[in-house]
Amino acid sequence: MVPELNGILDWVEQLGEVDTAGVEPMTAVIPNTLRLRDDVVDADPHTAGGRRDEVLANAPAAEHGFFGVPKVIE
Amino acid sequence: MTDFTQLGVKQIRDGVAGGDFTAREVAESFNAAVAEAAELNAFIVTTPDHALAAADATDAKRAKGEDLGKMGGVPIGMKDLFATKGVQTTAASHILEGFEPEYESTVSQNLWDAGAGMLGKLNLDQFAMGSSNETSYFGNVNSPWKKDGTNAAMSPGGSSGGSSSAVAARIAPAATGTDTGGSIRQPAAFTGICGIKPTYGRCSRWGVVAFASSLDQAGPMARSVEDCAIMLEAMAGFDPKDATSLDMPVPDWEAALSADLRGKKVGIPREYRMDGTDEEILKSWEQGKEWLRDAGAEIVEVSLPHTKYALPAYYIVAPAEASSNLARYDGVRYGLRELPDGAGLQDMYAATRAAGFGDEVKRRILIGTYVLSAGFYDAYYTQAQKIRTLVARDFEQAFTQCDVILAPTTPTASFPLGSLNEDPLTMYLNDVFAVPASLAGLPAMSVPAMLNSDGLPLGLQLVGKPFDEQGVLNAGLAIQNRANFNAQPEKWW
Repeated sequence: MVPELNGILDWVEQLGEVDTAGVEPMTAVIPNTLRLRDDVVDADPHTAGGRRDEVLANAPAAEHGFFGVPKVIE
Repeated sequence: MTDFTQLGVKQIRDGVAGGDFTAREVAESFNAAVAEAAELNAFIVTTPDHALAAADATDAKRAKGEDLGKMGGVPIGMKDLFATKGVQTTAASHILEGFEPEYESTVSQNLWDAGAGMLGKLNLDQFAMGSSNETSYFGNVNSPWKKDGTNAAMSPGGSSGGSSSAVAARIAPAATGTDTGGSIRQPAAFTGICGIKPTYGRCSRWGVVAFASSLDQAGPMARSVEDCAIMLEAMAGFDPKDATSLDMPVPDWEAALSADLRGKKVGIPREYRMDGTDEEILKSWEQGKEWLRDAGAEIVEVSLPHTKYALPAYYIVAPAEASSNLARYDGVRYGLRELPDGAGLQDMYAATRAAGFGDEVKRRILIGTYVLSAGFYDAYYTQAQKIRTLVARDFEQAFTQCDVILAPTTPTASFPLGSLNEDPLTMYLNDVFAVPASLAGLPAMSVPAMLNSDGLPLGLQLVGKPFDEQGVLNAGLAIQNRANFNAQPEKWW
């Protein structure tokens, strides 16, 4: 994979040819104002809380209502 | 008896609404066609019961005299990048194999609310990264098309290759696609169907497996411009759950379709005439100009000076965003977990990702993390984002002189599977004409133009101003009416 990655990086080097002095990097492709969510608990039922079992439903190892991971403290 | 699989979205919707046939009959026909077409490998899972249940609901509504919705009675294929509640959603990856979402993506929910049903989840390039549908964990998708006189398996394009293959093979009247750098338009062109990527923000990204969030946009793939207009209306709409969703009404694109282009100017970007572009592609482009002139449009030359830099800029921006988005696959919350004996948390992350991601996905994550790393961020990522600004400005300038841009969709027709795998860069070049519109967030469509001398479809691309899907669809309709493209692949599956 190393030669492929080097090939890709060599190829993107050509971007250095472009004079971008004074050009702002793009931050939003279509002008759009960022909205604020309603300042209430659980403003949208889809993204609200109280869904522990659904959140854990696809976890490879859910234990006692939590995500289980290998031991991290020796 | 009508062969329902020959019908498109509009014909099915109107036929069901008019009582010419039932939605159930249609769903049964397509379910059978899907079951017969396993050799195409277009579907990762099939959901015949979902299609039948939706059809029955439509038939019941009709019996009660209720409104059937924009897509009432139309069974569709769903790209396996959209989360579907209780139905495996994999992004064609091993790391998400077996993942059954607890929720429904906004776009798929919109389609079900409009009366559509689901035939199954369509194969794609893994995490939508690819242009040939050869990076799926679930195997290559075959195009229904063959090069004249050969039996080689051909690429349906990518990443929406299951979608393009299914629609072209008439095992689905329409399918969803997603387009990050050409993933709707290039497969549509390769298989002789239509596909439109709307303005960035028209379709909600909520519940769509993320690749490059500033570029990802969903859109319809179908056999006609009208069908795309209908299905896009059903898919689009403001969604507060997506921070970049456009808070604008969805126009009635279908009703406003018009192939009369009098008074319109069509721009021909001179920088798209690149060395190495296939002669037949250039010929189809000339033919496209003729057709649009015949529809009343004036043809003007425009310049998009930074075209050459769009593709390399894309291959910095998209992998950068992908490397960030794909960090969520950690073996903890969902999906695959690889836990070698005695492994700690870090080993578990590494083993899970090593086993769960395919080579192209790994390549892009590595490139992405590299271009975002502290020492290289400005030289790569910031420079690419500046070039993205310049590419978008090029289009703004061009659209002061024209209403819509006409270009080829791809530099070549479809190629045999396996023929472009030597070097990732060769594969990336497939999207050279598609990527600029993606970087600028513009609506863009591919419409079939003709067959080349090998009997393979060629597509023409239309790019419009922001929010002007109508202009794109109308120019597409003008081409469709003149191209009269009705070639079908011969059934071999």
